[in-house]
Amino acid sequence: MLNHTDKGVIEVKTVLDNNKNNLPMKKKISSFHSIKRDSLLYLLLLLPLAYIIIFKYAPIYGVLMAFQDYNIFEGISGSEWVGLDVFNFIFHQNSFYRALINTLALNFLDLVAGFPAPIILAILLNELRYVRLKKLTQTILYLPHFLSWVIIGGMVYLMFSSGGMANSVLSSLGLGNIEFLSQKTNWLIMYVGVGVWQSVGWGTILYLASIVGINKDLYEASDMDGCSRLRKIWHITLPGIKPTIIMLLILQIGRMISIGFDRPFVMGNSLVSEYSDVISTYVYRIGIGSGDFSQATAVGLFQSIVGLILLVAANFIAKKIGEHGIW
Amino acid sequence: MMSNRLRMNWADLLIIIFISGVAIICLVPFLYMIALSLSSNNAIISQKVSLWPVEFTIETYKTILSDIEMIYTLGYTIVLTIIYTIFCMFLTICAAYPLTKKRLKGRNFLLTVMVITMYFSGGLIPSYLLVKNLDLINTVGSLILPGAMSVFNVIILKTFFSSLPESLEESASIDGCNDLGILMRIVLPLSLPCIATLSLFYAVDRWNGFQDALFYITSKNLYPIQLKLYQIISANQQLDTQQGEGSVGAFIVPESLKAASVMFATVPILVVYPKLQKYFVDGVLTGAIKG
Repeated sequence: MLNHTDKGVIEVKTVLDNNKNNLPMKKKISSFHSIKRDSLLYLLLLLPLAYIIIFKYAPIYGVLMAFQDYNIFEGISGSEWVGLDVFNFIFHQNSFYRALINTLALNFLDLVAGFPAPIILAILLNELRYVRLKKLTQTILYLPHFLSWVIIGGMVYLMFSSGGMANSVLSSLGLGNIEFLSQKTNWLIMYVGVGVWQSVGWGTILYLASIVGINKDLYEASDMDGCSRLRKIWHITLPGIKPTIIMLLILQIGRMISIGFDRPFVMGNSLVSEYSDVISTYVYRIGIGSGDFSQATAVGLFQSIVGLILLVAANFIAKKIGEHGIW
Repeated sequence: MMSNRLRMNWADLLIIIFISGVAIICLVPFLYMIALSLSSNNAIISQKVSLWPVEFTIETYKTILSDIEMIYTLGYTIVLTIIYTIFCMFLTICAAYPLTKKRLKGRNFLLTVMVITMYFSGGLIPSYLLVKNLDLINTVGSLILPGAMSVFNVIILKTFFSSLPESLEESASIDGCNDLGILMRIVLPLSLPCIATLSLFYAVDRWNGFQDALFYITSKNLYPIQLKLYQIISANQQLDTQQGEGSVGAFIVPESLKAASVMFATVPILVVYPKLQKYFVDGVLTGAIKG
């Protein structure tokens, strides 16, 4: 019996050894064989790759028209190359600088007002000790995130136009009419305020999750030392979520020059276009509106490149000051 | 300890008041929309309506629900959203599953090819011209194909697949299951929560999508609900610019109808949102851990 078992063990060992010997052999199998072995997996990848190439890389190739006098009938292969003339032209357009400055300004205001708001709200939600109230308010606070800007814009115009609720409440208080949406500075405040309204609740999710991740012992120890709530927030909660804050700050700074289309388009109107015309709406207007495809593409390319540089730079700075970057 | 938990001090009270205040601000626009849509036009014009309907009437909703176009748009957008979501999930699964296999030759290269598109894109105009050259303008395809797969979602799903215990797949492959069988019988059934979350992200994107419809769709029977809603809401603004030319016959959209249309497009979200909220939050957290 014993012998038999021993033999079995030895046999297994030889098989294992053989396998070991085979390993280098396996690595040597030609790529043809490995492709044949995984042919099903490659087949699965076929459609997604086709999608990426057609709908993501073809537009990147299309960027070439920024260096051409693009003619829609000739296409990129037939259009005349003009070097940097298109960029030269747009860099001399006042309307381009207006869109650029508005984009940066609106994003900057969003950063100033919209970045701290979810941090404060998350800390307060965390301090809220009634679980059911917390759950209920979270459900309500996340809701605006799921509405389209068309819906939000519609609500804003119905509420804040001259005949809307805001003005009727103000006039019943004897404060008169305020042009919330047609006076430029007021519009700016509305734009930023509505942005905060839409995003503040949803923005708390990541902070709340990282607050949960803070070591509970720290709070208990500070309780022993008789720390006040405010001190605990300042010395434990805030440092605990600092990595999250830095990471989200990097991301937002990296997006300083990119701006969505829906929000400025839906909220803007002809009376405030001096402030509401941003790069996305400008590209839409000169590109799809007037058919100046080369110029619109050049503006878009400029935006992409500056955006990429900003992201890399923000990430670099974050790593320099000893924080984790996004890479 | 217990007494400490239940004792409420002034700080707790302030926090409750503040957070409730913010929550109420989140709700006020909805209450106002409901109030407007249920009030008579006279009451609205004379600015009597705030958060409660004045001269209660459901006439506006009758108008909307008897408007064939509105019902058509709603049904069309629901079908469009479902088809879009299924197609997107199909592509996302097809991309994510093979990329979890370390033995796959060229895996890193393919991943890089995909991730690059997250940081650099051709921009609005090249994408528009592509859709135009593919003859997709004014087709349902233009609302489905260009945004059919999010690389970000592929990475979330790939991370989820990789977190499943490897032994399950190994034993299945020893039992003679091929890769497709493993995907269908083992990986997908175990990944339903993640698939549900990503499907919801895709569905919300399509339901709320406005920009692509504005760019690519000009024929009215292909308008998704957001574009239709935009037309209704901005109807009077267009009218203002036409008035100078003395145009007659342009129809004025009353505020109550606008408010009811806003509610009409919002209610589907309000209906599904509370039950699905958990999945959305999970999705954000999974995405963030990866990103």
